[in-house]
Amino acid sequence: MREYEADVIVVGGGPAGLAAASSCREAGLKVLLVEREEVLGGILPQCIHTGFGILETSEDYTGPEFAEMLERRARNLGVEILLNSYVTQLIYADGKGVLLEAISPRGVENMRARSLIFSTGCRERNAFEIGITGDRPAGVMTAGTAQALMDLHGLLPGREVVVVGSGDVGLIMSRRFALEGAKVKAVVEISRYPGGLTRNVVQCLEDFGIPLLLSHAVVEVRGRKRVESVIVSEVDERQAPIRGTEAEIKCDMVVVAAGLIPDVGLLEKAGAKIDPSTGGPVVNEFLETSLHGVFACGNALVVNDLVDHAVEQGRLCARSAKSFVEGALERPDVWKMALPGENVKFVVPQIFSGRRETTFYARVKSPVRDCALSFKEIAKEIGIRAAMPAEMVRVKIEGTHLSSLGGTLTFEVRRWQKGK
Amino acid sequence: MACRIAIIGAGIVGSAVARELTKYEGLEVCIVEKEADVGWGASKANTGILHSGYDDDPGQFPKRARLCRAGNELWHKLAEELQIPVKWCGALVLAFNEHERKVLADLLLRGKINGVQGLRIIERETIQELESNASQEAVEALWAPTSGIISPYEATIALVENAAENGAKLYLETVAKKIVVRNRSVVGIETDRGFLGADFVINASGIFGDILSRTAGVSNFSIRPRRGEYFLFDRDSKPKVGMTLFPAPRPETKGVVVTQTTDGNLLVGPNAKDLEETERESTQTTREGLEEVWKEASRLVRGLPPRGAAMRTFAGLRPEPNKGDFIIEAYEEPSGLVNCVGTRSPGLTSAPAIAKEVTKLLVERGTRLEKKRAWVSERRAMTRFRELSSVEKDRLILKDPSYGKIVCPCETVTEAEVREAIRRGAGTLDSIKFRTRAGMGRCQGSFCLAKLLILLEKETGRRVEDITAKGNGSKIVVGKVRPEHGTE
Repeated sequence: MREYEADVIVVGGGPAGLAAASSCREAGLKVLLVEREEVLGGILPQCIHTGFGILETSEDYTGPEFAEMLERRARNLGVEILLNSYVTQLIYADGKGVLLEAISPRGVENMRARSLIFSTGCRERNAFEIGITGDRPAGVMTAGTAQALMDLHGLLPGREVVVVGSGDVGLIMSRRFALEGAKVKAVVEISRYPGGLTRNVVQCLEDFGIPLLLSHAVVEVRGRKRVESVIVSEVDERQAPIRGTEAEIKCDMVVVAAGLIPDVGLLEKAGAKIDPSTGGPVVNEFLETSLHGVFACGNALVVNDLVDHAVEQGRLCARSAKSFVEGALERPDVWKMALPGENVKFVVPQIFSGRRETTFYARVKSPVRDCALSFKEIAKEIGIRAAMPAEMVRVKIEGTHLSSLGGTLTFEVRRWQKGK
Repeated sequence: MACRIAIIGAGIVGSAVARELTKYEGLEVCIVEKEADVGWGASKANTGILHSGYDDDPGQFPKRARLCRAGNELWHKLAEELQIPVKWCGALVLAFNEHERKVLADLLLRGKINGVQGLRIIERETIQELESNASQEAVEALWAPTSGIISPYEATIALVENAAENGAKLYLETVAKKIVVRNRSVVGIETDRGFLGADFVINASGIFGDILSRTAGVSNFSIRPRRGEYFLFDRDSKPKVGMTLFPAPRPETKGVVVTQTTDGNLLVGPNAKDLEETERESTQTTREGLEEVWKEASRLVRGLPPRGAAMRTFAGLRPEPNKGDFIIEAYEEPSGLVNCVGTRSPGLTSAPAIAKEVTKLLVERGTRLEKKRAWVSERRAMTRFRELSSVEKDRLILKDPSYGKIVCPCETVTEAEVREAIRRGAGTLDSIKFRTRAGMGRCQGSFCLAKLLILLEKETGRRVEDITAKGNGSKIVVGKVRPEHGTE
């Protein structure tokens, strides 16, 4: 059995992992990047649309272009890369070191390091997880699978399509199908507003004449062998289908774009604490999980809408891993907690020391215009023109504010009250 | 001259009969199956429980009562010979009130009459000791230590593979239309691919059993579909139940059970919904049905995972005979027909015993059966890479590096295993899934579908556009992206 040793192991060679590995090298660490696929880049190689790297580079790249940039950088910096290498087990992470087992065509491999950066990305919710009943024919697949078939393998998975979910993934795939001459019969969204960016609603649906059904759900799939139709129903405020509103839409394919979940099974099994509101691990301002010396970034930490944020998190993980390896990573006895309050779904990091400026990511539950992110504990309000679930709110809060806090900081987003 | 035997249906019953009959000299056995693979009817969509045999009243359902217990015993050796995943985990039937306690007493007595070993009534404390996740509301339970679980689709695959090794022929995607009778004797089967001559036709066509029997003039029974819906949870889900948990049974069903599968998944179901005679392919799940299953299951177990965490819901149809008991019969007229249908629960458990019963019927009809000398009793299971030790894994990869290429990350299925499945006859995505577990995990195939498609194309030489999920009519892709670019 082969053995590898490094200061830091990065598991997952998508954008967050590539950025983390490069930054580790820049900091002078010996780093090993472990990727289960044959190619680097994570999901980017199949995202042939633009919208990548705007904040990082002020250019608008396609997924493959941005992945190539990140990869070139990592290779130029001398990151040691293992492809086709699938980590099956996190044997231990005891604060002194980590041991991983991986499988690759070279054999079973053991990997040892002081610190671990987890950037394994996310997976898609499937049709069963969102409660679709009926038949189980061919032609129901997640948006990512459809995208892989189309843009990695050049195969068209359907001609008359119903898309479930209007997040950016669903919107972009709707346009992708339309561009191939497929008929997108409808995009069905269970909530009262679109899940994706307004820009995408306009460019992907309105420009192509694709109908968007808000407050609707696909409740049933019909077709014994291949999809023949779906039953769509209106839903009430609690998103439960309303009887008597069912209608049938003929189609040969259902694309499920109903949300992403951090893929952190390995971390969970190793005992890391998971935040049910993000599906990812609970982390502190260093993006360190509850396992000391194990850090998380990218969609394994929290599902990001911009690749730039994933890259930023990767870099922060690298800096933290460097401190950890040098024995200089702070560990206060008591952590303060960032809590989601009114109209906020989650806040990451979930805990923080309050000793330094900290970047928080949060997501609102429902869209608001002319609103403010407010913190009752420090009597601070930050005005935001508009906040919507599709767009992560990213906010830096100064150390001086955080140090004065008691135990908690509550994030709330509500309409701006003028004159207050 | 050889005696030609045509079996209709490669479900668990047809497969068990096929394997049993290959033991004898001079029988030419073939199986006709309408689906693209074996075991795709009721055989793949059930609880996988090997019942111990206390359920059925020998007065009312003599075949069910006798063959269940006999089948349960036969599975021990059979599972070993054919390397079928099986666990003899035992079962508890929980009683929550005085009425149900009486039901348990009846079951205990019935079990004794049926010859079931080891049955015991246990009290609340013992229930908790044996199964800490069982409901604390249960006042008493019947403990059936000889109950087990099996992978029903792997069992079917194993039986057919072994039968084939011993000379049986399998015709997939071949629909039996009519059993042809001439001069009061069966002469063969008319299929959508032509006529198949046979001296004996064994009708093991499950849910279609009465329709096919009628084509041969035997119409003394009817079969109706009874649908059951299920929730399947991922292997990491908690709670784990060691034993199968049953409620007190009702006449029409043993009730919603909570059990593990042989792969360690939590399985919950089924309800029992009688469908119309015409709805013989109606395997849809329904909101109402799943609701009902969940409510029932919550009574049995403490702390079920959230419903939304189920990685799959599915439904299967039991072939419910109008008179209740299995129909395992041969006839004066037409001679040569053996019906082997109405095998609702405990059909899976009984299958090996049903196979022996059919053999007996053939002998009674004057067939001389002599055991073959060169009959292979054993069958090697698929490689299960995931279950090997690190050293064994390393050794395999050294021999064949494609064991080091993961195709399905959720279930750690390797490229070499997928190739093995294809070599062993898997021609569709579902066939690969049921042999390797690729696509049976948390993400339900979203990571591996494209890879499996490409592997199937490479290994079989078929066009990727012709590859299906589950046979005719279930293509995965409808064409190429912008095909005009290639031709202009």
